[in-house]
Amino acid sequence: MALFSKQNKEAFTNPLNLDHPILVQVLGICSALAVTSQLKPAIVMGLAVTVITAFANVIISILRNTIPNRIRIVVQLVVVAALVTIVSQILKAFVYDVSVQLSVYVGLIITNCILMGRLEAFAMQNKPWPSFLDGVGNGIGYAMILIIVGAVREFFGRGSLLGFQIIDCKDFNNGMMTMPAMALILVGIVIWVHRAYFYKEK
Amino acid sequence: MKLNTNSNAYIIIYSTILVLIVAFLLAFVSQTLKPMQDANVALDTEKQILNSLNLRGLSDDEAHATYEKVVKFDEAQGVYVCTLENGDVKYVLPLKGQGMWGGISCFLAIDSDKNTVYGAYFNHESETAGLGAEIKDNADWQAKFQGKKIFADETKEALALSVEKAVNNETTVDAVTGATVTSTAVSKMLQDQLTKYMDFLKK
Repeated sequence: MALFSKQNKEAFTNPLNLDHPILVQVLGICSALAVTSQLKPAIVMGLAVTVITAFANVIISILRNTIPNRIRIVVQLVVVAALVTIVSQILKAFVYDVSVQLSVYVGLIITNCILMGRLEAFAMQNKPWPSFLDGVGNGIGYAMILIIVGAVREFFGRGSLLGFQIIDCKDFNNGMMTMPAMALILVGIVIWVHRAYFYKEK
Repeated sequence: MKLNTNSNAYIIIYSTILVLIVAFLLAFVSQTLKPMQDANVALDTEKQILNSLNLRGLSDDEAHATYEKVVKFDEAQGVYVCTLENGDVKYVLPLKGQGMWGGISCFLAIDSDKNTVYGAYFNHESETAGLGAEIKDNADWQAKFQGKKIFADETKEALALSVEKAVNNETTVDAVTGATVTSTAVSKMLQDQLTKYMDFLKK
């Protein structure tokens, strides 16, 4: 099978649009709401999830024929937990301030439904390469929403982007935007736009 | 022969090997990155202390160099003794308390009269972003501590420095809007922990 055959392309592009983990499956909402008050942690979180989903997918896909069916969820959890711990340690060593900002949410990637969902639904049945693409696709789909919501919240909440002040005016600061409730409303709006323009009811 | 992946023996051996591999891997990663992480934590503490002295926004290298020059830790008192570039001596008291969701801490810099607050920096583990977390993120709020008095009067008998809603006088700082619990916790931390430094403050 060619590296970029039709199926492989679909494994990558479906989660970006028609089978989007947040917009269509509405998974991983908890962390999407919690880390999006500013753009920088949102980007790092999106990256962390992309890396972890991709590699967890590959590892589980390589092991898929040896994994005992009765303990497969346990095995998946061990793999994900190990990867999350490694990523969290790396963040602490190289970008300490971001790891402080993300605090518990990196650890909580373990319980992110997108990961377990992709492992169960895709990696257990598919070869490593398509699984990798599927993981990257889902991770980017997730990161995309985080970045949109993070950018809107930081801009309208603090008048800055990535920490750079764009509108320097005290009255522009909007506490409502920095609260998690606003993230929920924003995600709702993004889902609405997506449904209206891209999603075709079967 | 095809392996029976559902036999008990296979499951036990499989999980044992998997866990062993993961354990070694994690131990290795943790050991390799530990020195860098420790350095980050130490540098972060140095920056926090400098923040309390109103030396904010320094780069990593600048912060470390300034810290080495300015700050000395007095082990007997548990106080950081700081000599600023203009020769003024300030003391930084490390304080710790319990916030809404986790620990909060503070570096409180005071003048050599041991009564007037020179600057303050607050940190927290897991306060709500945008609300309780403002004690760390909002430098304007921290700046409100400057010039406040720790004691009610010159006799230095009663601690008075506190945080209260809509009160702003010589010893009281206005609370963070929408973060009543955290603000109360900060107030309690100041009261509780400053008591421990009573001997030092009265001298």
